[in-house]
Amino acid sequence: MSNVPDTTTKVRFTDGNTRLDAAGIQWIINPWDELALTRALELKDAGAISAVEVINVGPALTEATLRKALAIGADKAWRIDAETADGYQVAQLLAQWLKDQAFDILLAGVESSDYNSSGVGIMLAALAGIPSVSNVSGLSIEGGQVILKREIEGGQQQLKAHGPFLAVVQKGIALEPRIPSMRGIMTARTKPLEVVPAHPVAARTAYQAFSLPQPKGSCRMVDPEQPDELFRLLHEEARVI
Amino acid sequence: MNFNFTEEQLMIQQAARDFAQRELIKDVIERDEKAEYPTQHVKTMAELGFLGMLVDPRWDGGGMDTVSYVLAMEEISKVDASCSVIMSVNNSLVCYGLEAFGNDVQREKYLKPLARGEKIGAFLLSEPEAGSDATRQHTLAEDKGDYYLVNGTKNWITNGNTAGTYLVIAQTHPEKGHKGINCLIVDRNSEGISVGPHENKMGMRSSDTHSVMFTDVKVPKENRIGEDGFGFKFAMKTLEGGRIGIAAQALGIASGALERAVQYAKERKAFGTVIANHQAIAFKLADMAVKVENARNLCLKAAWLKDQHLPYGVASSYAKYYAAEIAMEVTTQAVQIHGGYGYVKEYHVERLMREAKLTQIYEGTSEIQQIVISRDLLKD
Amino acid sequence: MSNILYLAEHREGSFRKPALELASYAHALARQTGGQAIALVLGKVGADQLSRLGSYGTQHILHAAEGSFDPMDNGIWSTAVAEAAIKVSARLVVFSASLQGRAIAPAVAVRLEAGLVAGVNGLPSSMQPLTVERKVYSGKALATVVVHTEKAVMTLSPNTFGLKESSGDAVAEVWTVPTLPSLSFEVLETSRSEGKLLLSEADVVVSAGRGMKGHEHWKPVEDLATVLGAATACSRPVSDEGWRPHGEHVGQTGKIIAPNLYFALGISGAVQHIAGVSSSKVIVAVNKDPEAPIFGAADYGILGDVHTVVPALVEAAKRFKENS
Repeated sequence: MSNVPDTTTKVRFTDGNTRLDAAGIQWIINPWDELALTRALELKDAGAISAVEVINVGPALTEATLRKALAIGADKAWRIDAETADGYQVAQLLAQWLKDQAFDILLAGVESSDYNSSGVGIMLAALAGIPSVSNVSGLSIEGGQVILKREIEGGQQQLKAHGPFLAVVQKGIALEPRIPSMRGIMTARTKPLEVVPAHPVAARTAYQAFSLPQPKGSCRMVDPEQPDELFRLLHEEARVI
Repeated sequence: MNFNFTEEQLMIQQAARDFAQRELIKDVIERDEKAEYPTQHVKTMAELGFLGMLVDPRWDGGGMDTVSYVLAMEEISKVDASCSVIMSVNNSLVCYGLEAFGNDVQREKYLKPLARGEKIGAFLLSEPEAGSDATRQHTLAEDKGDYYLVNGTKNWITNGNTAGTYLVIAQTHPEKGHKGINCLIVDRNSEGISVGPHENKMGMRSSDTHSVMFTDVKVPKENRIGEDGFGFKFAMKTLEGGRIGIAAQALGIASGALERAVQYAKERKAFGTVIANHQAIAFKLADMAVKVENARNLCLKAAWLKDQHLPYGVASSYAKYYAAEIAMEVTTQAVQIHGGYGYVKEYHVERLMREAKLTQIYEGTSEIQQIVISRDLLKD
Repeated sequence: MSNILYLAEHREGSFRKPALELASYAHALARQTGGQAIALVLGKVGADQLSRLGSYGTQHILHAAEGSFDPMDNGIWSTAVAEAAIKVSARLVVFSASLQGRAIAPAVAVRLEAGLVAGVNGLPSSMQPLTVERKVYSGKALATVVVHTEKAVMTLSPNTFGLKESSGDAVAEVWTVPTLPSLSFEVLETSRSEGKLLLSEADVVVSAGRGMKGHEHWKPVEDLATVLGAATACSRPVSDEGWRPHGEHVGQTGKIIAPNLYFALGISGAVQHIAGVSSSKVIVAVNKDPEAPIFGAADYGILGDVHTVVPALVEAAKRFKENS
């Protein structure tokens, strides 16, 4: 589970544009991870799985977001105490922690809304030596069998998976993220949140600098009575047809 | 002085906001137009725990503080005052009254289902002849030994038809005046109860409001709350608690209108720029924002006092009075800022304006609040 | 002298635009490093298709013609790519940022102990160390990334580099991957849900929203797409209402696309929708509301009712096609 800035945040950079200006940022559960958690809890409610745990790699400030995951219904939260510079570091720390854990299914959101690399889930599977399936838009358990729906170019496939495995999940895995109930919120602090130290791991890449994109120019209006003019412009000026 | 909210309070606020902005918003305009009860939404509110927020977990409630309740009420009222009035009546009138003044048997039997939202509660005080003046009840609850015989009519009852449990304020000893009034817990399914047609209201049309008629309804003695003659005091004390809920509702209606007006002003162009850049509009918005902030602070202070077990009746009166008055002002200005678009249903603000009006009237009119406030101010 | 290995994905026997774009990119990289652009093709593809890669600068092709690569399995594909990279001493391995490319690039990076940079939008500004730009914060910002490892794996964002022809020998070598893992799952069913033209590959996309007021009004939208040879798409409320299939939904929570030309018909332009299409080269908006946010994101706009404007556009498109 990744801790990311609220998706309506206007991003700003500081320190000579070398890092995100975190002042005033509201932190949330990465939207795709939230959908993954929602699906896991639906399966738990249906009695198909026994427990759901969430794991985050991050500094102490991520605990508030982890408690939100507990409020939504996770049974336990883990925080691997580290500030990371890239996805590889996150994946390696997770892989080390995973060695001592027993699990059947690992779910990872397709990407985090801050770095969008789509890397951590697959890297974790590769480092831990477990099979992975990507682009998973549906997960169900029927008669003890795990059935995955995944998107492929121009279609979909239904797969039968054998655990333990990691699924990289995307839109469709759950319809809407679950809203925590009042009871869930009030009991979040009673659920275990375990902090584990991180072994030193070097990052493989680094963010050198950030910038904001150039704002777009204004829109060129075309008379609705002159539709041919639009195609002329698209051909001669924009050169896209 | 700490103006910060706790992590739990913020989560509660966010959950209420997500529920309102994702679920309630979908059909709020349609339900208002058709005066359709939000059956599915009430179920979801029960599941999420919004209907018994303040009740102790011992009675299957959420055990949350009043500040959290105010935050949740505000968020829901920004979108749907019908759902928030259902929530307010259930939480801060019926559940509160039962929890504070009922005995264990009554709480076990009636409070638990209400706190879980399995049953909805209604508070029956107003009558055709008696609204603000509750010192004399025309509904009679004759003492018949081991039961009370109830006859009379109650008016303007929110959740009148959908409630499973009624708290009925009725006169047992007419000669004792307000000291001869009792509060009885009445099962909706009791023989002799009939419910009038759904009132065709100006606003909050998705919540059901009915008159309720009692014809020789038998209510067991053990359903009386408190000692004989406690009813008037019960009503007044319970209304103090309910006042905070309605104040928060009015706050939400106002802040919802403010949010929409700010958004519209930033998008709508006139005379060469967005209207937010014209001082006439910007100054209106500034005034609206100050009013909303004041209302919020009054609501939170009253909530805080209640949570500290300090006297909060007058503070809740300040909050309800002010929030209701500014809700009317702010929603009216919000419609004005929207111009022609403010007059059509699609833009929500006209509905908020219609909803604001009722907050000045029910659960203690603004004039009654002025009496409470001035009496407190002028006492020796 | 460092070689570039790229995975040339193919569909229904041919290489589509994203693969050819990747070939162009790999070639440009090879010119930067002084090495060769080498393609890896998993599964059997005809010789004429293989030689097409040569037109975009590919010198050498490893053709893993035998071997079971369908259905796509992360473990099998990433092993094949990693083995190929080792075989040709590739310093850089590049993929399209496609469903498949994004799925295996991280695993290949782990196997090669290489840094991963996903979704790059151009050539590196430096090779020592590898320094390249990509979008972050869901497209709200740009970042320059430096790779500390000797080798690197990158995925290329669609429609950012373009097709650049160059002559390459495209010598194809049939190659068998030494050891491949077995399939880690069982396929129960495969279904084709989209139209002939994939949204992710189309140069022109015609998209429409709630302003169309109902699925029964979609014919002019489909006609415009047909005349222009475009794929069709829609906004979220339209797919939520069931007017159009979910696969057509473009937006932050749907598909993110980057066509050359995107028509937004009767779409107001909510932030989440724009996030899905802002990488389009040109956006044309048609809406009757002058305040609609879509006009802030569009390059060209027509203020009018979609029910009259779109049919007029269909006729104008037909005339344009006839005359060009």
